[in-house]
Amino acid sequence: MKADTLVIPQETEALISGCEAIAQACKLADVDVITGYPIRPYDTVMQAIAKLISNGEFDAEYIIAESEHSQFEIVKHASAVGARVFAGSSGVGWFYAMEALAVTAGLRMPVVAIVGNRALDDPGAFGVEHNDALAVRDLGWMLTWVDTAQEALDTALMAWRLAEDRRVLLPIAIGMDGAYLTHSQVLVKVPSQGMVEQFLPPYDRAELQLHPDNPITVAPQVNEDWLIEIRKQSDEAMKRAKSIIPDVYADFHRTFGRGESPWFEEYMMEDAEIALLGQGTIAMPVKVAVRQLRAQGQKVGLVRLKWLRPFPTEELRAVLSKVKAVGVIDRDYSFGSPFHAGVLATEMRSALYSLEKRPYVVSFIAGLGGREVTAENVIEMSNMTMNVAASGKADTETHWIGVRG
Amino acid sequence: MSTVTVEVVYRGIFQKNLAQRIGRGIILAARKEGKVGISFGRYGDSPERNGVPAKQFAIVADDELELQISMARYEPTVADITIAVDDTLCKGVESWAWYGTQPINKLLHEGGLLVVTSIHSPDTLLQWIHRQPYEYDIAIVKGPASFSGLWVYKEDHTEVRVLGTLARVAPQLFGLKALEQAIMQEWNDNLKVVSAQKAFDRAVPRRVSTDEGNPAAVEEYEKPKYWEMQDAIVVKGIPVGKGFRGEEGGFQPERNPYFKKYTTRTMRPVVDFDKCVKCTLCWLQCPDSCFDVTPEHLYDANMEACCGCGVCEAVCPVENCITMVNETAFADNTSQYEMWKQDAQVYQGWVQEKIATAKTSEHRGHGFHHRGQYADEIAALQKEEDA
Repeated sequence: MKADTLVIPQETEALISGCEAIAQACKLADVDVITGYPIRPYDTVMQAIAKLISNGEFDAEYIIAESEHSQFEIVKHASAVGARVFAGSSGVGWFYAMEALAVTAGLRMPVVAIVGNRALDDPGAFGVEHNDALAVRDLGWMLTWVDTAQEALDTALMAWRLAEDRRVLLPIAIGMDGAYLTHSQVLVKVPSQGMVEQFLPPYDRAELQLHPDNPITVAPQVNEDWLIEIRKQSDEAMKRAKSIIPDVYADFHRTFGRGESPWFEEYMMEDAEIALLGQGTIAMPVKVAVRQLRAQGQKVGLVRLKWLRPFPTEELRAVLSKVKAVGVIDRDYSFGSPFHAGVLATEMRSALYSLEKRPYVVSFIAGLGGREVTAENVIEMSNMTMNVAASGKADTETHWIGVRG
Repeated sequence: MSTVTVEVVYRGIFQKNLAQRIGRGIILAARKEGKVGISFGRYGDSPERNGVPAKQFAIVADDELELQISMARYEPTVADITIAVDDTLCKGVESWAWYGTQPINKLLHEGGLLVVTSIHSPDTLLQWIHRQPYEYDIAIVKGPASFSGLWVYKEDHTEVRVLGTLARVAPQLFGLKALEQAIMQEWNDNLKVVSAQKAFDRAVPRRVSTDEGNPAAVEEYEKPKYWEMQDAIVVKGIPVGKGFRGEEGGFQPERNPYFKKYTTRTMRPVVDFDKCVKCTLCWLQCPDSCFDVTPEHLYDANMEACCGCGVCEAVCPVENCITMVNETAFADNTSQYEMWKQDAQVYQGWVQEKIATAKTSEHRGHGFHHRGQYADEIAALQKEEDA
């Protein structure tokens, strides 16, 4: 067969939400075992998957667990026997699964999960905050945030490929801002099954697969004489993931024509004097504001971080060493942390510290609990960051944006 | 500046209370002389299992600053004094906390002291105690091994008799006066003070020379590097077994080559092959798959794998076919079947002698189903002494 006769079926366009896009990704990746337990805003995924299965479009073991803890234990075990798996949760539901989440990473199970980001109780609230997903950032979970339904679908497909790579075998949590992304329907290109099959090989756990023909013990108790070596193995796996992610994106780009930049999206950063940095849907108002500011001649750009774990330290340093100041917008908090900053600002200070020519980090907390971050809010943050750049003096305060008072 | 490090090697569960009491007693008595100390269990030994060798440490220092050197540690690398509260531990110890079998005197140094509770003489114990390239002292606290349950201590005064012995042979720790005060403080029991005094009076250390002791090599185990280890916390299963001794016929299960279990044993089964009716019950019921099936379908208890639980004796339907005998009656782990094969008649003599030993020697429960109280043992000992 000649290459030019190879017919690749076209993508179709669908008007779907972020959660529905994830359901489509599950179908396209031919996920074997899916577990669910309802909690907003993640649970739209459950409904979408249930619909696909009941319509006969998708065949999977779909288990409604009796709690999030069981939900994640079930996919962990299914992963051990060689099933491709998916689960997800939100807010305190994700926390209820915490023991299972820790062992999933420890056991190197390539579980792909979404976290429909939601403020932690109390007070009960449905809006986005990133502290729920952030709880696994030190455990060996890979952690990424997406900002559109398209990116949700694309990232999920890449997530199975990356997580199930024998060199990696680490779980991935995909952060999706509650409401803004989970519940809003937009136009999404849904690739054909054939395209996905070209990109995503079957999951093969090889000699680690729990099977009667391969008698192994998984997760024995150990003493102090083994534990640190096991942690070092996870550390090495995460480092390998760091080196493999660009390959996965490149391959994805070759197949689907999207997703060229693995670590972060740069917006109007070419000649920027200051940068604003954030994760998830906050990029939308920031882009609007950046355009307005550029029209006024202000050299401001956006870096939308995609991967928090593994953290693209060198890549960020390369971009941010060119600016005078970076305003970090945290949709999270880390009470009592250095400078009472958010998680992202603290990480950025750590990543930039050893640079000889480093930008000032200006720390903002905004949009908690789903509070809208407006273009006006962004302009306020940009101005403050510009002022720090101009003053030549470090700003150690953390600025809460849009808070009454 | 002086620090004295004491390790107490004991049998898990059965002697935990005893070991903790000795550790506490050492620190409290040293405190009466103005010293400070720390007492702790070898953390990796927890959770303990019945009879599995375990360690308790007591470290005494002149002051708090010096003590810091010995704090926040799991296990000291050198001990000035090792106390074995069961003489069968002299054959070596293997615990959950490390890999390979350790000689009982592994942590000792030149001039160190080994204290053993035993009814046997140092000469007998030195058949099993591994040879060392340096001289050290051994002292016996005369008496049977004191076993009880996890939450209780059998009030047989073993702890104060060990402490009294230390006051005599390790005066750098504490003197008898300080010990008496500590005993009254901790237990408020005059009778215990008397027991400690008697042990003090009777303690006689004996020098062990470099040509004494068991010359057998010690198993070494080198732990792999992190990149050599299987990842994802997976351990490969032990393969299915093969024929007896790798030959055709019979069956010998594969076993963990790194964890042998036999140092858990205080009694071992002796099998009279001539009485065996091949009912298979011992083989079926053994919780450690320690029986090798011979080509003629006899059941040879493998002494590398047997932890001495006594289930085989309990389930054997034939009288005196399987008999649990005190571990102190054996010098090595030789296969009984091979002895029987070599000369069934000689073997018959050997079996009968061992069974006789079981009936007359030190009574010891093999822990797993320990019965008999101190009163019974005292009566038996008294009888022995009278005779």
